[in-house]
Amino acid sequence: MININISDSATKLNSLNRRMFILATAKIIILGGIVSRLFFLQVKENKKYLTLSDKNRIREWKLPPIRGEFQDYFGNTIAGNFEAYQLHIIPEEVEDFRYVIYRVKELLELSDKQFKKIVKKKNEIKPWETLIVADNLSWEKFSKINNHLYDLNGVKPVISISRDYPYKENFTHVLGYVSQANENDLLTNENIKEKFVPGLKVGKTGLEKSFEQKLIGSNSVERYEVNAYGRRISQLAFQKGDKGETIKLTIDTKIQELTNELLKEKAGSICVMDIYTGAIIAMHSSPSFDPNSFVFGISQDEWQLIRNNPMKPLVNKSLSGNYSPGSTIKPIVALSALENEIIKPDFTVQCKGHKNPLELYGQTYHCWKKEGHGFVNLREAMKQSCDTYFYEVARRLGVDRLSVTAKKFGLGQKVFKDVFDNEKNGLVPNTEWKKNALGRNWVLGETIITGIGQGFIQTTPIQLCLMTAQIANGGYKIYPKIVANDDNQYADKFTPLYKKSRNIKIVQDAMFSSTNEVRGTSYRSRLDDPKYRFAGKTGTSQVKKITERDRELDLKTFQIPYEERDHALYVAFGPYKSPRYALSIIIEHGGSGGTVAAPLAKKLFKMIIDRHEIRKNYDNKKYLDI
Amino acid sequence: MYQYRRFNNKNGFFQKFGNLDYILLSCLLILGFISLATMYSTDGGEVLFHTRSHFIKFVVFFSMMLVISFINIKFWFSLGYLSYAVILGMLIWTINFGITASGSKRWIDLYFLNIQPSELMKIFIILCLAKYFHRMKAQHVNSFYSLCFSLIIIFVPMSLVIIQPDLGTSLLIAISGIVVLWFAGLNHKYFFYSCLLSIISLPIIISFLQPYQKLRVLTFLNPDRDPLGAGYQIIQSKIAVGSGGFTGKGFLKGTQSYLEFLPEKHTDFIFTLFSEEFGFIGSVLLLLIYSIIIYRVIRIGALSRSYFAKLFCYSFGTSIFIYVVINMSMVLGLLPIVGSPLPIMSYGGSSMLATMIGFGIVMSAKTHSQQSIA
Repeated sequence: MININISDSATKLNSLNRRMFILATAKIIILGGIVSRLFFLQVKENKKYLTLSDKNRIREWKLPPIRGEFQDYFGNTIAGNFEAYQLHIIPEEVEDFRYVIYRVKELLELSDKQFKKIVKKKNEIKPWETLIVADNLSWEKFSKINNHLYDLNGVKPVISISRDYPYKENFTHVLGYVSQANENDLLTNENIKEKFVPGLKVGKTGLEKSFEQKLIGSNSVERYEVNAYGRRISQLAFQKGDKGETIKLTIDTKIQELTNELLKEKAGSICVMDIYTGAIIAMHSSPSFDPNSFVFGISQDEWQLIRNNPMKPLVNKSLSGNYSPGSTIKPIVALSALENEIIKPDFTVQCKGHKNPLELYGQTYHCWKKEGHGFVNLREAMKQSCDTYFYEVARRLGVDRLSVTAKKFGLGQKVFKDVFDNEKNGLVPNTEWKKNALGRNWVLGETIITGIGQGFIQTTPIQLCLMTAQIANGGYKIYPKIVANDDNQYADKFTPLYKKSRNIKIVQDAMFSSTNEVRGTSYRSRLDDPKYRFAGKTGTSQVKKITERDRELDLKTFQIPYEERDHALYVAFGPYKSPRYALSIIIEHGGSGGTVAAPLAKKLFKMIIDRHEIRKNYDNKKYLDI
Repeated sequence: MYQYRRFNNKNGFFQKFGNLDYILLSCLLILGFISLATMYSTDGGEVLFHTRSHFIKFVVFFSMMLVISFINIKFWFSLGYLSYAVILGMLIWTINFGITASGSKRWIDLYFLNIQPSELMKIFIILCLAKYFHRMKAQHVNSFYSLCFSLIIIFVPMSLVIIQPDLGTSLLIAISGIVVLWFAGLNHKYFFYSCLLSIISLPIIISFLQPYQKLRVLTFLNPDRDPLGAGYQIIQSKIAVGSGGFTGKGFLKGTQSYLEFLPEKHTDFIFTLFSEEFGFIGSVLLLLIYSIIIYRVIRIGALSRSYFAKLFCYSFGTSIFIYVVINMSMVLGLLPIVGSPLPIMSYGGSSMLATMIGFGIVMSAKTHSQQSIA
């Protein structure tokens, strides 16, 4: 019995030990497997997993880049950056959000609508993300908040950098404005997409838009360690971005401000240009608006006010206003006729007044002057702006030859090429154009009215200014520029646009007579001091066909409804002795060019020529501290 | 001879004290220290709830292990069936009155602590089966009757745990039981055939799995199929281990856990955090400590006189080995995710209690190695 027991337990023990041995071997193999797996992950694949771990824990935050500035010719900042006072709240750092937000509402005197918007925004973000309660506080409110910080736990007064236009409406149409980048901006501009952060402001119109690439700068980058839920734990690095380029313009702020003042309460445009360099000295479109309102988003009411204003403040009239040039085209008609040797300066036409108008195929063509001008030669006709004379000249010249000259002098094409996206081409018609565009043949009557700048012909104020500048500089091609260091290297710069320079002289002299001699259309706006003396040509462009009844009534401007009043135009250059600047003025529905537009030129030239010295000295770095 | 043994068995307290396995004890202490340090790291370098609680549990249960080791192994032998029955009763109690947490009923409230009977079953099933096979004659081991009986002993607690539902623990219980069967000398062919059978029936088993369990299997096969959902745990765990590198990121510098990318870092994934901070070297060292512990347990078994003690020590050592391997394979992406803690390292009272009871019995076998059991 005992023996059996012993042998039985011995068999059991033997089997147990044998099996233990088998398992021990298996265990060693399995352990080896685990160690090799560890080796594979931690030593061989270490780099890969290290990268993945860093990807997990490191996240970069882009900060809005600091936008480049705009300066005027003298280095004054006309679009800069200012420190905006903002109020941020990080909800999770606030113990009692309800209390704090009501307290803030009280302090900032927020309306219920604004308040609801903030609460809604709070519910959309994660509790550790920043809630922007106010983006542009006044100093009073900002300091009020700062004074009450003791019971506003978690509220952070922040100073952030934002766009500022110190001259308000003065530069609106040149610079445009910035506002929050929208979906469209991201789609059309890769650069914006790359640098986008919520709250990024980008240029919407004007130079702000055209030079977006240069202005935008580069983002500062903050590198944070974050946890699995995206909460920032600690800052690892800060990489400072570059401020955008500063862009210097050719504009003189003083003159720009004067143009704004002159056009106050009026709809219109003034352009001033250097006739040799093509530098834009001033370019203003009225009415304008304050671009600062757009930076933080414009209120609906204010926007409707701007949008629905009948004077159209949103349109940059200098570049995208297409106007019939009226009599301001006459210098080009005269020049074209002289160049093509259709007439000589002593060519004379009799203007018989309204009783005896020019008649062609049953149509009558009246001169503006009821009594008529009598016998006039070229100089007299320009001086008194005799329409009858130019009907005849145009009839002899033909529209095709006229259009060649007009285009040569810059009409009918964009002056700034693609710098401004809202610039219009204008239109210089010829027979071929009409056939292609309207499918009908040109008729002689159309040539005749084109001779006084009516009909199909359309020009923008900046084109008229360029035309005048190129007549004033003796007939040489220039390329207008608005950015100071833009040394446009066009091969045909300063190439003569004339066949005989004498013809240019004749036209210049005729324009001189128009302003400085008795019976000249802008004689009343002359400046007698030879230093300031300028030459110009008035224009009055009809908005509506004048009927026989109108002619009989002969209403004064203020008696006609606003929309039907004539546009007043004036182009001029000065000083006459050695011309340097050209300008174009247009007052929408202002009435006659001689009475409304030309007087503005008088004030402008006074200042332009006074400031010429300063400008020249600034060029020579004589007064660095102006 | 009998007289001599009787005399020898009456060894006194100090003799027992001298008979303790100090290498095993010190290894357990080192492991306890490591686990406390790791727990301290999971708390973000502060002594918070987990560290404090883990420390208390370790101290209490370690002392309990020492107490157990002074109690005669015969006592534990006699307790084999009863303890199994008690735990089984607790499991049934759990099903009816258990505490529900994260979708499964695993705990029962004992007023002063919540206990997870399924964890205790992992040890007491070994005790029960060891007692069952101790008495059995060699030729009866492979009899139909004993096979059926032992399988019932395994299947009853296993199914009770499955319906909690807790697949991981029930599998571990089954493995513990099967290990005992293996050592008891069950014919190899049974293991071979049942392996074959389970492989063949795998598709059928999978079709019976809960959707989340199926997802785990699919995720195991391809973790990248849902990197932020089901695959998140295993991907983040591999990143943590892999980024640890050869020497690790340093104590308290494991970014994956510190920044909360690691799931379950206190419990099942504690090795991930350890491995991230101490690297390949640390992980191999930890494995070495486990190996020494298991080796000592098996050695105690080998030196024990009684068949029961041997069977228990071998099975317990092997079970610990399997728990460690399953846990590590899981976090290293070698096995699908099943809930299985790393013995002693993982946070969890019941698991610690069960493990320490196991070591206590092993230690008791050491101090009473000359004790024979009738």
